[in-house]
Amino acid sequence: MSKDWPLFEVFIRSKNGLEHRHMGSLHASDPEMAMENARDVYTRRQEGVSIWVVASTDITASNPKEYGELFEPAADKIYRHPTFYDLPDELKHI
Amino acid sequence: MKDNIQALNDIFQARIDNGESIEPKDWMPEKYRKTHIRQISQHAHSEIVGMLPEGNWISRAPSLRRKVALLAKVQDEAGHGLYLYSAAETLGISRDELFDQLHTGKAKYSSIFNYPTVSWADMGAVGWLVDGAAIINQVMLTRTSFGPYARAMVKICKEESFHQRQGFEIMLTLTNGTEVQKQMAQDSLNRWWWPSLMMFGPPDAESTHTEQSMKWKIKRKTNDELRQQFIDITAPQAEFLGLTIPDPDLKWNEETKHYDFGAIDWDEFWQVVKGFGPCNKERIDARVKAWDEGAWVRDAAVAYGEKKIQKSKVA
Ligand SMILES: [Fe+2]
Ligand SMILES: [Fe+2]
Repeated sequence: MSKDWPLFEVFIRSKNGLEHRHMGSLHASDPEMAMENARDVYTRRQEGVSIWVVASTDITASNPKEYGELFEPAADKIYRHPTFYDLPDELKHI
Repeated sequence: MKDNIQALNDIFQARIDNGESIEPKDWMPEKYRKTHIRQISQHAHSEIVGMLPEGNWISRAPSLRRKVALLAKVQDEAGHGLYLYSAAETLGISRDELFDQLHTGKAKYSSIFNYPTVSWADMGAVGWLVDGAAIINQVMLTRTSFGPYARAMVKICKEESFHQRQGFEIMLTLTNGTEVQKQMAQDSLNRWWWPSLMMFGPPDAESTHTEQSMKWKIKRKTNDELRQQFIDITAPQAEFLGLTIPDPDLKWNEETKHYDFGAIDWDEFWQVVKGFGPCNKERIDARVKAWDEGAWVRDAAVAYGEKKIQKSKVA
């Protein structure tokens, strides 16, 4: 019985000036092969100018169960948004 | 405990009703997970097995132009399979298990790929009809509720359109050709028409999964709706080609603004699903052979990868 090839997450920069975005994942026996496969699987139509591959086991992900403690505190901090501040309408460029 | 699960179920259904996407680590009913593993893997297997009937003609494509197009299409289908396997794996099943289910016949793939491709015209008909039918299904699935599945569909849909166009172009070239070429195109349509209609699955009245799938927004249209949509789009295209769809009952209905069509032979469909289609055995044998004979390559790649890591640690 063969050993499963590890999973890698693939991030691609579609063009310079833009950030790398998660495109999907693939299996490969090592990072080098992951890079080659990512090229073949995710950029067959010039979808990218740069690729990152990361072993999936190296990613620490937040747990949806912790949604509340992680993200809810931001919900009542409306003063972090520009619309919180009352300014007269005739004022321009602010 | 039971109340607890019911409460979670209600929250889950509310999220779906609300149009939210479900992501792999979110709580989901076990049946939602299982249904997705089944459906996504079935879809992935279809892409991979679907490479076989077309791969059959790559070496005999009539020109270099046709050959590079067909190669690129078959390569895309491999990519589609990979996107979908990855999506299925986010639900906690391994690639090996998925392959094992295909190889042992536990998992199904689209029955259409159990039909043989006997002439070059079949490369036209498959691209036009089979990819055409797949596109209708897949466009709907770009809005499916499970995030990884929907994202895979968006990528796939972007790539499908060339598949169908290259198929139609083959048909167009043949129908503009000699009498023999025209006949070849007609013969191919005759063989692929009904199996293509069956790709949308059993009629709604007999479909066991439809109701739940609609409730969970896995599907947003029923089998019969999608089938009708396909016929309405495709019938005028056949007319454009000057070909006759092999259904004497097919005709435009001015009242419903849809085509009426004849009865589908569902016995044939179930025969093929159950393993008695013309190529079921051949297809699975080919997959198993490729998997078994590739084992030493996969093992060698792992050993090589591990050795590289060892070396980099020493250095
Ligand atoms: Fe595909
Ligand atoms: Fe396709």
